[in-house]
Amino acid sequence: MPQLHVKNLTKYYKDVLALSDVSFAVEKGDFVGIIGPSGSGKTTLVRCINRLITATGGEICLNNDKNILEMNRSEIRKARTGIGMIFQHYNLVDRLTVIENVLHGRLGYKNTVSGVFGHYTEGEKRKALEVLGLLGLDEHVYRRCDQLSGGQKQRVGIARALVQEPEIILCDEPISSLDPGSSKKIMDYLRKIQSELGITILVNLHQVDVARTYAKRILGFNNGKLVYDGPSELLTTERIQEIYGKEAHELILN
Amino acid sequence: MNLYSTSLPKETVWYFIRKRIGFFLVLSGFIIIAAGSSRLTGFSLIDAFQAIPRVVSWMFSNLIPDKRAFERLPRILEKLWDTILMSVMSSVTAAVFAFGFALLGSVTTKPNNFFAVFSRATASINRNIPVAAWAMIFLLTFGQSSFTGFLALFFASFGFLTRAFIETIDETSISSVEALRAVGAGYSQQVMQAVMPSAMPQMISWVLYMIEVNIRSATLVGLLTGSGIGFMFSIYYKSLQYKSASMVILTIVVVVLLIEYISNSVRRRIL
Ligand SMILES: Nc1ncnc2c1ncn2[C@@H]1O[C@H](COP(=O)(O)OP(=O)(O)O)[C@@H](O)[C@H]1O
Ligand SMILES: [Mg+2]
Repeated sequence: MPQLHVKNLTKYYKDVLALSDVSFAVEKGDFVGIIGPSGSGKTTLVRCINRLITATGGEICLNNDKNILEMNRSEIRKARTGIGMIFQHYNLVDRLTVIENVLHGRLGYKNTVSGVFGHYTEGEKRKALEVLGLLGLDEHVYRRCDQLSGGQKQRVGIARALVQEPEIILCDEPISSLDPGSSKKIMDYLRKIQSELGITILVNLHQVDVARTYAKRILGFNNGKLVYDGPSELLTTERIQEIYGKEAHELILN
Repeated sequence: MNLYSTSLPKETVWYFIRKRIGFFLVLSGFIIIAAGSSRLTGFSLIDAFQAIPRVVSWMFSNLIPDKRAFERLPRILEKLWDTILMSVMSSVTAAVFAFGFALLGSVTTKPNNFFAVFSRATASINRNIPVAAWAMIFLLTFGQSSFTGFLALFFASFGFLTRAFIETIDETSISSVEALRAVGAGYSQQVMQAVMPSAMPQMISWVLYMIEVNIRSATLVGLLTGSGIGFMFSIYYKSLQYKSASMVILTIVVVVLLIEYISNSVRRRIL
């Protein structure tokens, strides 16, 4: 039984069709790369999964649970606790410290009052420290996030997702703002999270070669349509051409 | 390659010529408008400059505080203190309400579009009514009192601060609020854990600015509402005691500079 089921997913922004009848399923522990030219619907897709964007129609089910599109406010909050998200621009509260940002990952589990005042249990704090250790951030626990480099900020973003103890992590171009060195480090961490913790990873990528290196499976989008769904080894030059159209030429040269 | 021997491409040359022509057009436009409006209003820059010596000598003979003005200083300072308190209080009270409205109005935290439009419309109506007009409005209902002055300052500040806070929230917290939403955090958690820490320093800075502005307007408002330092000024002025009136002005200037200095140093620390 697949962990994530997306069926006939469609998204219109007013009259712009961003996702057109998209269907696929993801097994638990998969590493899935999502590629496609810019504007093809990658961001829209991952944001529909945790309903940061409300899809127009279709079905998204986690663990055969209720359709995410039909959940009410408290149901969606609960569902989101199991879905981590990593952003291109890290989306941290820059003026707070590393550990405060990491603990934000627990907010979905907390009651309103303790969440509002940032009151975390000892266990949650221990978990945060453990995760920060895992990501090599032990030395920066009490530093304010605006003093960190881009790569460090993204690791804090990953740590925040990990303390959620999610079963799936969505990443929207996690390395597009980073230099090649930091990019590799972040991708390696994502791989480690998938292989060692068994967390499913869905990652939007701008770079086809990175997607091919890390992902076992590739979803290729063009103009809101899923035009490739298969293992990364079968992603041939022709396939890339189908996904990227005219842009493919430059991609293959690089 | 020798950078100096190759001639520039034609389009580059033209680009800079066009820019220069544009600059001169704008400049001459300004001059024409200034000249035209001075003709229309009968205001002449030359006459104004020629009048400066006369103004200065009048100021020296009439506006230097004398002994009597200094004797009145304690009473002036007392009223000034009232005015400062009123400015601080109206700014801070307005800030509390403005924060609530800004949460409703900002793209980041609006609960729905109806509240957003409502909040923005309220703020913009408030903001576009000058503080003197507010004073007049409340004069009709509450008469000449310091409460009237407080209300006038409060409403003018409320509109301005709501608008400033909306922009601050959208500028500083849109991305972290999104992250907290993705984590499953509720609305009040998003506000306290993402909006507050991100937007607070800039919002405090706006409140400090508002206090400065309000001390200046409190003088004018006091004139109308018969309260605070503005009232002192009008009493001295109407009874032709210019030296005491100018004492009032001097104390206001000193206080405004002082407040500006304090708020600048607070700003430096928090931003
Ligand atoms: N908030 C929005 N409002 C209107 N159109 C949007 C919005 N977000 C995305 N789009 C449009 O939807 C399409 C898909 O965008 P997106 O999901 O961001 O693609 P990608 O992430 O692959 O670049 C594009 O045509 C884009 O212009
Ligand atoms: Mg995108």
